[in-house]
Amino acid sequence: MPVKRIENPGSIIERKEAAPPGEDAEKGLITLPGEAERDIEDLGGGSYLTTKLDTVVNWARGNSLWPMPFGTACCAIEFMSMVSSHYDIARFGAEVVRFSPRQADLMIVAGTVVDKMAPVMKKIYDQMPEPKYVIAMGACASSGGFYRMYHVMQGIDEVIPVDIWVPGCPPTPEGLMYGILKLKEKIERGEIRR
Amino acid sequence: MSTLTRYSAIPYTGPAPTNREPYVPTDTQKMDARGAEIASRIGAEQETGQDLPTLVVRRERIVETLRALKNDLTFTMPLDLWAVDYPRRRQRFDVMYQLYSLQNNERVRLKVPVADGEPIPSSLPVYKGFDWFEREVWDLYGVRFDGHPNLRRILTHEAFQGHALRKDYDPAQRWLCTEKDVAALVPKVDPRFERVDTDFERVTLNLGPSHPATHGTLRIVVILDGEKIIGAEQEIGYLHRCFEKSCETHTYQQAIPFTDRLNYMSAIINNVGYCMTVEKLLGVEAPERAQHVRLILSEFMRIADHLVCIGTNLVDMGALTNFWYLFQPREEIYGLIEACCGARLLPSYLRIGGLAVDVPPNFLENAQRLVNMLPKYIDDVEKLVSRNKIFHDRVVGVAPISAEDAIDFGFTGPCLRACGIPFDVRKSNPYLGYETYDWDVPIAEGGDTYARYLVRMEEMRQSLRILQQAIDRGLPSGPVIIDNPYVALPPKEKVYNEMESLIYHFKLIMHGIQPPVGETYFQVEGGNGELGFYIVSDGTKNPYKVRCRPPCFAIYQAFGQMITGQTIPDAIAALGSLNIIAGELDR
Repeated sequence: MPVKRIENPGSIIERKEAAPPGEDAEKGLITLPGEAERDIEDLGGGSYLTTKLDTVVNWARGNSLWPMPFGTACCAIEFMSMVSSHYDIARFGAEVVRFSPRQADLMIVAGTVVDKMAPVMKKIYDQMPEPKYVIAMGACASSGGFYRMYHVMQGIDEVIPVDIWVPGCPPTPEGLMYGILKLKEKIERGEIRR
Repeated sequence: MSTLTRYSAIPYTGPAPTNREPYVPTDTQKMDARGAEIASRIGAEQETGQDLPTLVVRRERIVETLRALKNDLTFTMPLDLWAVDYPRRRQRFDVMYQLYSLQNNERVRLKVPVADGEPIPSSLPVYKGFDWFEREVWDLYGVRFDGHPNLRRILTHEAFQGHALRKDYDPAQRWLCTEKDVAALVPKVDPRFERVDTDFERVTLNLGPSHPATHGTLRIVVILDGEKIIGAEQEIGYLHRCFEKSCETHTYQQAIPFTDRLNYMSAIINNVGYCMTVEKLLGVEAPERAQHVRLILSEFMRIADHLVCIGTNLVDMGALTNFWYLFQPREEIYGLIEACCGARLLPSYLRIGGLAVDVPPNFLENAQRLVNMLPKYIDDVEKLVSRNKIFHDRVVGVAPISAEDAIDFGFTGPCLRACGIPFDVRKSNPYLGYETYDWDVPIAEGGDTYARYLVRMEEMRQSLRILQQAIDRGLPSGPVIIDNPYVALPPKEKVYNEMESLIYHFKLIMHGIQPPVGETYFQVEGGNGELGFYIVSDGTKNPYKVRCRPPCFAIYQAFGQMITGQTIPDAIAALGSLNIIAGELDR
């Protein structure tokens, strides 16, 4: 799809028009599982459609993630960037940020987790209802990053299971969005079972 | 457990210090003369050849000396307290006190040598602000302070064993912290409310460390009487990332990314502080062009810091619009930095002796465009918020602190200026040529949450004033990094074509920068106040000790006192206005 530049004289950031959902067939990020193979014409013309209940449920789950930011450090600021106006995660249906673990199904661990914080993180993860997913955002949450020191946990998977690792120190908001979309794909494929 | 256990550069077993001349600060004669004056006034021993008036005090006499300095010589502000470990000495630790006199605009440093196991009398009767600093020295060095009412670990967790910043502590040695080790805090009830008999039951409530209204990993335990907070205690250390130990095990250049992550809202200011400290130690100065870019980016970072602080503070009070709105100019500021070096939030753009790369050719035009667009955003938020009745009800008179208390706690930056004290490092100890710009230090009266909001708003306008003048002056031509092969890498084309440059490149990569033996302190005005770095060099490629003076640390220790007598929503509004950055608080 050709990328169209948006001219905005007030801004110094180059903007590109985003591809509408479902059109970017190459990456297949937004398409329904199995949709690519199915004949779209038939789908619209027919009066009914058969599918598996699991597929529908996974499709719904993947498209309405409620993230809980477990923001500890710098990455949390980039998370805020992703949620706020410029990047706007609402375009992908994951904007309902809940600060209570009991209302969320996606925990985004943004920032360094130190040993003192580990029991807290475990407790919050345990409080989330099933099904629950975890994104380790940034180098520190993934592996401890360059803090290989006496008080820093070397990756949150020492304590809780992780579904998606997002690299970067900190990852750009686009990077985190890509991670959320990858998680969505994973959920829609029904890959996550625990 | 990590296998990384030994570093070649634990200094006392490592290579011998270089045979270059010892470090001589530029103004050492003036400082020595002043130091002799102070020493004779209070009858203490003096250490000469330092960059500040330095006294050596025996541990028995420390409280008496501090009291004399405070009462007779107007050193009313406790700036910093830290320790340095010299394991081969009999008196192993140097506990350092640094004080500031607002009246005379001067600093003094006190050194108290102590052996392992020897206690120091606590300085709390003289300076309230040394409370947490003493706990930190106990936690990381194991120096006991006699008479401290609450001497327990502060940055590391309860199950931690040993003292991490001692030179013989293995940097990668971790200790498991489980749920039963989480400190159960019982705050003390404020004496003002001890006897008050109300109909309400007393409730102990825990906020954080993962709480929507605590920005970052802050934990506060409060005792409530009805809705009123009658006692509060803060617990920190949930983001202690071992900054100082990390610096000791990396070279001077490698430590720059660690400084970015201190106050991650204004990363470039931290870079400036650290790089200028090392430059001071090396006796070099960055080229004019680099200094100019440093100044412009510092001011943009200060604006970005205040934008986020005000935005998130307003979110806590339910005004989400401003948050979305203020993030837009902030993204534009990051666009400017991204154009310079490719990174957004934590750029690590500075190098010791200059900048990593030159700025893009349209740097000034983009900066001008930003300076043109920012006032609109600030004005709009001001129109929406500053005279808003709901906002006033939430912030006016909330969590006030008096000027005397603020000084006694070691407040600096916007929080101190909100108490009516015009202390700004950019005015009192100008660096990067701030003295040549025409700008004012905004102050407000009252020291409450509203005053802090007003000061931050006005500071952004003053930063814009500085920026406009800096842009009008234009970028000086010339290189962006000094031409000294012992400090900065030679340009790539030279490395590929000249033998000499190749050798210098190799030497600098393998052996690092080796500053002369000595110690120095330098301070800049960070987003939250005085951000100081104290570096001890033993002549090797790794710093012997890097101490960061975190402005948040001093501010946050007063928070419990500030919110006592208020309600929980007030505490939340006040916390946002203090702009506590956990990365800087815990380091």
